[in-house]
Amino acid sequence: MSALPPYTTIGQRVWYYAFRVIVALILFFLIAPIVVIIPLSFNAEDFFTYTPGMLALDPDAYSLKHYRDFFTNPDWQQAMRNSVMIAPAATVISVGLGTLAAIGLSQSHVPFRRAIMAILISPMIVPLIISAAGMYFFYSRVGLQGTYVGVVLAHAALGIPFVIITVTATLVGFDRSLTRAAANMGANPITTFFKVQMPLILPGVIAGGLFAFITSFDEVVVVLFVGSAGQKTLPWQMFIGLREQISPTILAVATILVAVSIVLLTAVELLRRRSERLRGITPH
Amino acid sequence: MTGKQMSDQSQSAASPDDVPIAETGPVLAADGRPLKQSLNRALRRQKLRALMLIAPLLIFILITFIAPIADMLFRSVENQIVSDTLPRTVKELADWKPDDAELPPPAAFAALYTDLFIAAEEKAHTRLGSRLNYEATGVSSLFRKSGRRVDNLGEDYVDAITAADAGWKKPGPWAVLAETAGSALPRFADVWGEFARVAKVNDKDPAGEKPWELLFVSLAEDLRAGGAAAYDGPLKRELDQITQALVEVAPVDYQAALVEIDAGWADRTVWATIKTYAPRFTPGYFLNAADMHLGPDGIALKPENQRLYVMLFQRTLIMSLSITLATILLGYPVAWLLANLPMRISNLLMILVLLPFWTSLLVRTSAWKVLLQQQGVINDILVWIGLVADDNRLVLINNATGTIIAMTHILLPFMILPLYSVMQTIPPSYLRAAKSLGANNWTAFWRVYFPQSVPGIGAGSILVFILAIGYYITPELVGGTSGVFISNRIAYHISTSLNWGLAAALGAILLAAVLLLYWAYDRIVGIDNVKLG
Repeated sequence: MSALPPYTTIGQRVWYYAFRVIVALILFFLIAPIVVIIPLSFNAEDFFTYTPGMLALDPDAYSLKHYRDFFTNPDWQQAMRNSVMIAPAATVISVGLGTLAAIGLSQSHVPFRRAIMAILISPMIVPLIISAAGMYFFYSRVGLQGTYVGVVLAHAALGIPFVIITVTATLVGFDRSLTRAAANMGANPITTFFKVQMPLILPGVIAGGLFAFITSFDEVVVVLFVGSAGQKTLPWQMFIGLREQISPTILAVATILVAVSIVLLTAVELLRRRSERLRGITPH
Repeated sequence: MTGKQMSDQSQSAASPDDVPIAETGPVLAADGRPLKQSLNRALRRQKLRALMLIAPLLIFILITFIAPIADMLFRSVENQIVSDTLPRTVKELADWKPDDAELPPPAAFAALYTDLFIAAEEKAHTRLGSRLNYEATGVSSLFRKSGRRVDNLGEDYVDAITAADAGWKKPGPWAVLAETAGSALPRFADVWGEFARVAKVNDKDPAGEKPWELLFVSLAEDLRAGGAAAYDGPLKRELDQITQALVEVAPVDYQAALVEIDAGWADRTVWATIKTYAPRFTPGYFLNAADMHLGPDGIALKPENQRLYVMLFQRTLIMSLSITLATILLGYPVAWLLANLPMRISNLLMILVLLPFWTSLLVRTSAWKVLLQQQGVINDILVWIGLVADDNRLVLINNATGTIIAMTHILLPFMILPLYSVMQTIPPSYLRAAKSLGANNWTAFWRVYFPQSVPGIGAGSILVFILAIGYYITPELVGGTSGVFISNRIAYHISTSLNWGLAAALGAILLAAVLLLYWAYDRIVGIDNVKLG
């Protein structure tokens, strides 16, 4: 595919390059919106478009003032603190319970496996607005609406399907004879789990954890309903900013979040490769 | 092996001295049990262990997620507020038919007075008013007004009783009467029960609370009906005295009094609405969600200018379909190229797909908000190129166009990834074989490659469609009024109009649609094949 064979007609050549241009345009459509906002976040003016100074690469047209605003504005700082508190707590719950359940689900004889799987995956299937509505109604009945506990529980539930999916996927390639061998050599089930099984499935567990983390960290619909002003997270603050009065600080926050996603994406990719190497699956 | 054979063998195992059978008998495990039994036990233990590992999470999800969904479904049909707030009225209305030409019997008005009085004390009448206002406009203000003024209907009774003995102004005698009334004073006992309940809800002692006017009225009504004769307690003398005094007082005409407070009570449709929505469960919210209305005369379509939801559902479906179609058109070439390039290059290009996938939804939506504005980057470029006049900039945001552009961008990775994983499994040699057999490029693609990529299109389409019809954030931010989905209406009913029942009904319909699609997805792709990243 990489080079054209010599016998191609002109039409084929034209199509070959035209196709590549089309795909390049589509990829541009995918990535451009994210890239465009990054320079805009350094805008010295409060505009949402490129000023002539910026296009001329005039250093005076750029500034860090929107970042300064983000780091000094109490609203944004409170939102950041909440995000940093809620997401890890939710991740710990999803990963802890999710990994156990994934190990249980990957045993060879699990009664009602399909039904259980459907229930555990359901938070991913049900549209967020419906989850948010149900949780709002139910959590206000039991007094969890507007509390940190409520938001953490809700986010943990939303993150669980991702943990289940990634960890069960890792366990598919897990060689059961390894645990048998460990047991044969006198290790009890707990030692076997921590010394043999856990190190091998760890990449999957961490990847699942990252998914759960990003789910909670980015989530806005459920927190809008289950939380109250005290649990305002970064996405919530962005949502308000976008709906009411759009301030350029949002672009600074967006740029920071893009950097966070790049870090997480790299981490997941490295983990996936490591996991495939450990399990002896060569990347195709 | 059948059960009978198995039991035969366990019997034989139990009698080891039976030598001939033991020789051909069952294989025994190390502990002397038949192997079959031992294996069964091990299997049971294995199942139990698996379930024990799953149980904590299953319970967690059932409580934090499934229970809320069940609660929402319950709320979409639940309608206890009418029978809880107006229990006596509902009972009196049992024999009244809404299509009668007459108003309900006087007893219903008396019951309504009692119910309204208690509801007003608990401030529950406004909630009921807003609930019934969804079904018949104007009921809300009727209830508010009546609740405010219902507490001076029985002034004559109060005057008569306190004139007979000023001690009745104080809580003291009422508490004594409540303890000794027995079955002699049924109305009073009923009202006292409510009085004591409301006092307890407010953490007060009913025996120390200022008596309601309704207590005076109920006592007076009981005494008029000859309750003093049946009463046999310490306050007998006082009750006789009051009975005497009441002879002078004209009985309260509840119907006239209520109609005087608000003429609405002379309107049969108000009563008909109460009766129609008296049952504890109602299809009313679902009918509302389908632009229909459950009136006293049965189910009917709403007037043309009040229909909204069918249109919104249609719009949600059409826009989701357009978005799905757009993601197929844009995703297919990208996935094809990614699947056919050498691994090293395609991995690099994959980053361009995965980065948007991993980027916060809010970031992508803000980006589109910035780009699509009239003074935004896209309009600036178009003006600069000269395609669009400066005074005639395109309106790309706060309408359906904005929603479709932004959501296509946001959901595109969900189409590319499943397409890519399917296309990776199609051997390129098939295309070459087709061409060597004489097919031109198009025929080779359309007859050989495309059919094999259809499962990927199916998987991606269902995934994108499921995600699209439930979307809330993006339509809310870039959709304006013409680009919003049914989910925005659900959110509106939860947080602004507070019509939770309708929100729940709309949610239930949307949920049913998604589950149906999900079921299809499971049939076509299998939920176990969902891959991430």
